[in-house]
Amino acid sequence: MLAIDFEFDVVRRFLFDDVIIEGAWLTLQIAVLAQVLGVALGVLFALMRISRNPAARAASGFYVWFFRGTPALLQLFILYFGVPQLFDNHTVTTELSAFRAAIIAFGVNEGAYMSEIVRAGILSVEGGQMDAAKSLGMTHMQAMRRIILPQAMRVVVPPTGNEFIAMLKNSSLAAAIGVTELLGASRLIYSVNFKIMELLVVAAIWYLAFTTVFSILQAELERALAIGERDRPQTLFSRAMTAMGGGPRI
Amino acid sequence: MTGEPMVRVIEAHKRFGRVEVLRGVTLEVGRGEVVVLLGPSGSGKTTLLRGINHLEPLDAGRIYVDGELVGYREKDGRLVEDREAEIARKRAAIGMVFQRFNLFPHLSALGNVIEAPLRVKKLPRRQAEDMGRALLEQVGLSHKIDAYPSQLSGGQQQRVAIARALAMNPKLMLFDEPTSALDPELVGEVLDAMKVLAQEGMTMIVVTHEIGFAREVAHRALFMAEGVIVEEGPPRELFASPQQARTKAFLGRIL
Repeated sequence: MLAIDFEFDVVRRFLFDDVIIEGAWLTLQIAVLAQVLGVALGVLFALMRISRNPAARAASGFYVWFFRGTPALLQLFILYFGVPQLFDNHTVTTELSAFRAAIIAFGVNEGAYMSEIVRAGILSVEGGQMDAAKSLGMTHMQAMRRIILPQAMRVVVPPTGNEFIAMLKNSSLAAAIGVTELLGASRLIYSVNFKIMELLVVAAIWYLAFTTVFSILQAELERALAIGERDRPQTLFSRAMTAMGGGPRI
Repeated sequence: MTGEPMVRVIEAHKRFGRVEVLRGVTLEVGRGEVVVLLGPSGSGKTTLLRGINHLEPLDAGRIYVDGELVGYREKDGRLVEDREAEIARKRAAIGMVFQRFNLFPHLSALGNVIEAPLRVKKLPRRQAEDMGRALLEQVGLSHKIDAYPSQLSGGQQQRVAIARALAMNPKLMLFDEPTSALDPELVGEVLDAMKVLAQEGMTMIVVTHEIGFAREVAHRALFMAEGVIVEEGPPRELFASPQQARTKAFLGRIL
């Protein structure tokens, strides 16, 4: 006789458990802050990669080569365990600094991927746009900021959404340096009560909730960026607005 | 008014790889003069135009606009490329209209016109918008102020592009085949906007194959082939009795 040992009741009880909520909140913070850092670094290194300065190009190439070429977990260990050794400082092991180390390590790692995504976005903008901007007296940086990057964003956002969803999930690597983010929190609980499957399901539900909400936000962002386009995508929100007879139709 | 011409091109040379696109072009354009530039594709017309606002740096030669060397400064008798801000400052006084319009697709018609006045000239938004509306009205588009480029016809887009260039209050306008990407029925509205500009005394260099426009509006027509100016003269004379064989052959094909 096959007996399935799974208690839905345990899932329901732990879904909003304080430790789990705290873990989910840490996951969200790490993912969002690391992604913001990654995007900022991505734009910076993409601009360096396409600049006329050979030193900037080389630095950007090295950055992408190193941070794409080694595992994120290795980079996290280097930052959290390796660097303190270099500076003969073994006291950097508090929860707060592990949290910060995770954000920095994941953000810098993400920047390497983002720089390639941003570079592709910039290259997707027609060359005539830079000509037009320059003919009006804009400098290269002004043209980049006001004309090229806003258009590149349309190409950059969809893969960035992918990156962010990957970031939400990969932030669980932070458990390896003792951050009790979502997965770490559920492991902490099942190591005591042995309801392994139930707590893994709890964690899965939270990850799915996050990725679902962000997918919806991404669709809205894509619609907002498609301003001026003939075939602007419809979204949940824009359809609802239309159904209610309101909202601008551009 | 000084006797200095608006544009002076001296022995301009430019090479792309193994192809020498400009092989020593010398040219003067007076203040208020409208010059059309004709010639087969690959003759160097567009490169010459892009050299005048330094979108295409020259390999040799000099270009002066309003008495100022474009893209370079002289240092101990040698030419040194200007700093970027200086190049941008000189470009801001030279308007350019492109074959493919090159409007900014993420900005409305008004947004396209006021972008450079806001960011480059740092005009207050109110003032820039008032000027932008007046310019769009001048090119007959006061009803399309909030439209995006994708919502405009080719002719309307090109008129927005003209208004956008005029918003920087240029002393010289360069037109690079402004009507050759347009459907035939839309050519007239763009040429009309350019005529008005010519009548107002704007100095213009126009690369075009619109012979009618050249006859009616231009003071002088230049024929280019293989990187040099082959022949020039008042448009009617040049078209009626070209002297050079290459000019005759070219005009025979397009007239």
